[in-house]
Amino acid sequence: MAKTLFEKIWDKHVVKQIEDGPSVVYIDKHFIHEVTSPQAFSGIEKRGVSLFRPKQIVATADHNVPTLNQELPIADALSRFQVDTLIDNCKKHGVELYGLGHEHQGIVHVIGPELGITQPGMTIVCGDSHTSTHGAFGSIAFGIGTSEVEMVFAAQCIMQSKPKVMRINIDGALQNGVVSKDIILFIIAQISASGATGYFVEYAGSAIRALSMEARMTICNMSIEMGARGGMIAPDQTTFDYIKGRLFAPKGADWETKLAAWKELYTDADAKFDVEINIKAEDIDPMITYGTNPGMGLSVTGTLPTIESFTDATEKQNYEKALKYMGLTAGQTLLGMPVQNVFIGSCTNSRIEDFRLVASIIKGKQKDPNIKTLIVPGSQEVAKQIKAEGLDKIFAAAGIEIRQAGCSACLGMNEDKIPAGEYCISTSNRNFEGRQGAGARTMLVSPLTAAAALLTGKITDIRDILN
Amino acid sequence: MQSLQKITSKFIPLRIENVDTDQIIPARFLKATTKDGFGKNLFRDWRYENDDETKPKVDFVLNQSQYSGQILVAAKNFGCGSSREHAAWSIQDYGFKVVVSSFFADIFKNNALNNGVLPVTVSDAFLQQIFAQGADDTLSIDLAAQTITIDKTGTSEKFEINSYKKTCMLNGYDDIDYLLNMKPEIEAYEKANQ
Repeated sequence: MAKTLFEKIWDKHVVKQIEDGPSVVYIDKHFIHEVTSPQAFSGIEKRGVSLFRPKQIVATADHNVPTLNQELPIADALSRFQVDTLIDNCKKHGVELYGLGHEHQGIVHVIGPELGITQPGMTIVCGDSHTSTHGAFGSIAFGIGTSEVEMVFAAQCIMQSKPKVMRINIDGALQNGVVSKDIILFIIAQISASGATGYFVEYAGSAIRALSMEARMTICNMSIEMGARGGMIAPDQTTFDYIKGRLFAPKGADWETKLAAWKELYTDADAKFDVEINIKAEDIDPMITYGTNPGMGLSVTGTLPTIESFTDATEKQNYEKALKYMGLTAGQTLLGMPVQNVFIGSCTNSRIEDFRLVASIIKGKQKDPNIKTLIVPGSQEVAKQIKAEGLDKIFAAAGIEIRQAGCSACLGMNEDKIPAGEYCISTSNRNFEGRQGAGARTMLVSPLTAAAALLTGKITDIRDILN
Repeated sequence: MQSLQKITSKFIPLRIENVDTDQIIPARFLKATTKDGFGKNLFRDWRYENDDETKPKVDFVLNQSQYSGQILVAAKNFGCGSSREHAAWSIQDYGFKVVVSSFFADIFKNNALNNGVLPVTVSDAFLQQIFAQGADDTLSIDLAAQTITIDKTGTSEKFEINSYKKTCMLNGYDDIDYLLNMKPEIEAYEKANQ
């Protein structure tokens, strides 16, 4: 029978189908970090159970780490205790940890692919909703709660109901100045922050095929922002070329065997999706969000919806609540609006290509004097590469400091926060109220649009700079 | 895990859509290494001015004394955003046993079920009927029968839950016990797929 890519991988990993219940799904790789794992470790200890397959787990510290002076003890006592708890737990239970100071440390969804741990056909979970990032390699990857982390610790399986499948086809060529972040912000603006809830999404079409692996990761990363269980892209030569030679990539004869299996990972021609959506790449402008969920996005040149355009009373009320929080007015344009902060980082956009994009715009120029910056590479490896390519000099010459690897101002867990009432042009994934700090006003954009704001201090159409 | 069979209680109406997990429990409270004590920080930034417990925001429903009960009723897409189970822990620790909405985000729904908090999905129309009730009116949920009833009017609706999860909830069983008993099958799967 014809199968979708999702079904091919899912079916292979179902250990047992419980009647009128969830499937017991085998997990190939489990990433953990300091924030969502401690209660799972104490859970299995309370049960007197040991880790079932510790070799299939990789740990890092990313969410709650400082991005300055990482070589010093963490100043915040609670954060230090949480990171130390991860160190203790990994030691006690035999889990490989890439902690602070380790050359492989970084945001969990940056290091997995970078080290070649993430591979096509795998099932991958992590106690973090942006685990969907790894789907860019043609794997089933999704975020789980701490109880589920405990399940994987105990039995290397979780219980999941099989989601429905959706395919989003993006065909054609992107405009100059439009990148993969704009594609995903466009999709979410089209179908809303809950438009894919209950679905696993496959991204396909010529515009997706043309993207690099890092650009594909940005798209899959934000699948959760439309409610999807995960997102994935069928592996192709771009995928194989990216993986080959990485630290944990298969080698020699093993590579050939794996590669042959990976080449079978595609949706069969006559396979059926529950929902299919078609988008023309040329319809996508540089995007920006104006509200308090990622579905509230529009073209950077667009105007905010009018109040009258909402017919449902609760929706209207929610729109007004979002406008009030954001300090914006219905029907206004955003172009030219002054902003105070730029954050470049997060598991969405903190890879070397993102830094190359930003550097290409700011090279030889100065940042706007009023802009405060948080520029945070996704991993030690990305930081190293920034130096190796001399990009650090371009940032320094522009008056911009580059920090050390971590999740930083994406979620405002550490001290990297945006002050209340200020706007932040951010390459991260969520614009929820208070996400980047109590009262912070987040506007999600691509690295290019963020680079434009670095220079102008305003919401700017990157196409005006490029053309 | 706590079991749940039937509950009759007043409810707290939260007429907000897309309630995300950053609102339910802001990230700065995720530094804990235990599951305890999250209830006091539930909806922290909607509850207090400038994070100050002496300054409750009067327009927020948890601060309105006429509303109480073990049931939270929220508008659509409740629990979207991050996978933090701290959201379910804080709802449970605050004292809620049931959350009612017309639509739940997937990860939150699983997290709630794994912590003995029952997510009840109702139709939009039924949700509006609940919101139309007064502060002293009660809702009754019967998990075995899979029904939710507005007691004053007697209006009732059936809700979905798969029979496996229902059995777990009725008896307080958790998935980990189930999986631990499956070890031989899991090992056989590994052998067959290596």
